[in-house]
Amino acid sequence: MTSMNLVQAIRSGLREAMRQDDDVMLLGEDIGKLGGVFRVTQGLQEEFGADRVLDMPLSETGIIGTAIGMALHGLRPVSEIQFADFIYPGFDQLVNEAAKYRYRTAGELHVPMVVRTPYGGGIRGGQYHSQSPEALFIHTPGLKVVCPSNPYDAKGLLLEAIRDEDPVIFFEPKRVYRAVKMDVPDEPYSVPLGRAKVVRAGEQVTCIAWGAMLYEAFSAAEKVASQGVDVEVIDLRTLWPLDIEALVSSVEKTGRFVIVHEAPRTCGFGSELVALLTERAFLHLEAPPLRVTGWDTPFPLTHEREYLPLAHRIGPALVETARY
Amino acid sequence: MHIIRADGTLDPSLDPGLSIEQLVGLYKAMVRTRVVDDRLERLQRQGRIAFHVGSMGEEAAIIGAAAALRNRDWIVPCYREVGALLWRGYPLQRYIDHMYGNAGDPARGRQMPDHTFSREHHYLAVSAPIGTQIPHAVGMAMAAKKRGLDECVAVFFGDGATSSNDFHAAMNFAGVYRAPVLFLCRNNGYAISLPTERQTAVRSLAEKGAAYGVPALRVDGNDVLAVWKSVREAVRRATEGGGPTFVELVTYRLRGHSTSDDPRAYRGDDEVERWLEDDPLQRLRTHIEQREAWNESMDEDWRAACESEVRDCVRHAEEKPAAELADSFTDVYAELPWHLREQRAQCLEGPRAESEEHER
Repeated sequence: MTSMNLVQAIRSGLREAMRQDDDVMLLGEDIGKLGGVFRVTQGLQEEFGADRVLDMPLSETGIIGTAIGMALHGLRPVSEIQFADFIYPGFDQLVNEAAKYRYRTAGELHVPMVVRTPYGGGIRGGQYHSQSPEALFIHTPGLKVVCPSNPYDAKGLLLEAIRDEDPVIFFEPKRVYRAVKMDVPDEPYSVPLGRAKVVRAGEQVTCIAWGAMLYEAFSAAEKVASQGVDVEVIDLRTLWPLDIEALVSSVEKTGRFVIVHEAPRTCGFGSELVALLTERAFLHLEAPPLRVTGWDTPFPLTHEREYLPLAHRIGPALVETARY
Repeated sequence: MHIIRADGTLDPSLDPGLSIEQLVGLYKAMVRTRVVDDRLERLQRQGRIAFHVGSMGEEAAIIGAAAALRNRDWIVPCYREVGALLWRGYPLQRYIDHMYGNAGDPARGRQMPDHTFSREHHYLAVSAPIGTQIPHAVGMAMAAKKRGLDECVAVFFGDGATSSNDFHAAMNFAGVYRAPVLFLCRNNGYAISLPTERQTAVRSLAEKGAAYGVPALRVDGNDVLAVWKSVREAVRRATEGGGPTFVELVTYRLRGHSTSDDPRAYRGDDEVERWLEDDPLQRLRTHIEQREAWNESMDEDWRAACESEVRDCVRHAEEKPAAELADSFTDVYAELPWHLREQRAQCLEGPRAESEEHER
């Protein structure tokens, strides 16, 4: 066990995956000597060589397209897209190629690869270093979407994503890259994809969150507990395929739920969660579902704390739902 | 580069020295592809298949290249290269089944016609977005190199794809990493309706290679020996660690872009007539006839044999049932997740478009 922050835990996951399997390759911009702009891959090129940790020329479509070719040949490429905001040039490759290869060849060829990318606001990054585009990928059949909130889950989910036979988009909450430390095993282990986790048990309201906003949901839950509102907080961990059973069983118990995400509200993943839970737990519901999300604007700089669905906005929503 | 002269003789200074049996084999493969193409186009006109995108006029560029590759070298196709797949021994019946989207279709009715693939034949999958396959070839080649395999990767694309983001990224990456990849550009004169001179301001597409440090050449794509020689040379460079090569194969699309196209809207018959005089099949035929390895009656017999083979495949394909509806839900992921299990049941147990059509 070593006390690690998210950056260290992800690096440890990459290192263990590369030690275990010579087919694991890293591709990205500035990931070699520099170790990436967030230093996640620091020291890995030194340890594994420049032919396994590839400093790619600047092109997201090139990086993702090349990684697809490597995966088709049987390697296990892990690409880093410097910021989720810059993933769009590779969107065609992800949506039309990586996601559809297995389907269009009836399983004859497939693309086992991971695309890691830091997402989200709260680092004073403005509209091009703060976005949360997860819904675009959840909407794409064939992709899996993972978003850990803490170092232990990050390493275990990453190792599992690298072993997975399908393409996985791995969103890293950069706002808390260095904010949380916890004990993480040095050896490899796995956290299964598709399993949510109850991080705070409660009886009155279910609060669903992921990534950096999990901490905001948790702190809001703690705060409203003093007002007599007992909140169950669920960390989704894998966004798609979704752990529907965990959500339904919590909502059947509480009858009330609030969803928190950074992305804009309209057609955000919260919309789908509301639909799924309403379809499945309608007769258990005691209050309309609420969404606490980013606003439907581009991500602003100066007032980013008013854009983000932080605890000060989540708390009142929890109380409102509980007292409806 | 030209090797087969207009009069059918070979330029002795460039002749790659293929045996007469090899030359006849190439000719027969080119004729077979054309017969298949012609039949599929007619089937589409009769409403028996949905669509076809053919290769008439480009057979030398496609089959000459396939013949110069080794069978272990991967082919990353655009969408007109089924001739290369057939050259490698892919069963014609399987291709025709795919064209019908029937129960024998390897793609299980999930794809438009002409979206072939075969891992066994080291032939990746056709996809319709333009240029997206080009970086895959670079990744495949980098993977082969990393694993120490004596294998290179040939990617086909058209003149239009040279304007795409993915072409640029792939050429650049291949240059930087000296990947063992062959960029085979079939310059057939048009990207649907846009002529090559409106696609780019450079005089030849081969000029683009210089910007990426990728050696490039421009060859007569209707001259099967020129294609063979240039591709074989590029294979040698790739496997000897010399990195990528860009080969511009100058050819001409004798028919529409696909069965959905109307080429008369953007080009004149006189232009097509001029290119018909340079038919790659005829050029090779003139040569092998001069060497008395082929003649009119052999030609008739071979065409008849190809036509009968296609006819049989079409008959079998039409006898097979449609691809299974339940199969529409598998292979999205390695395992079927809960939401697709649920949706499959809803689809199979719910109302069907088919039954509604019967009621009308």
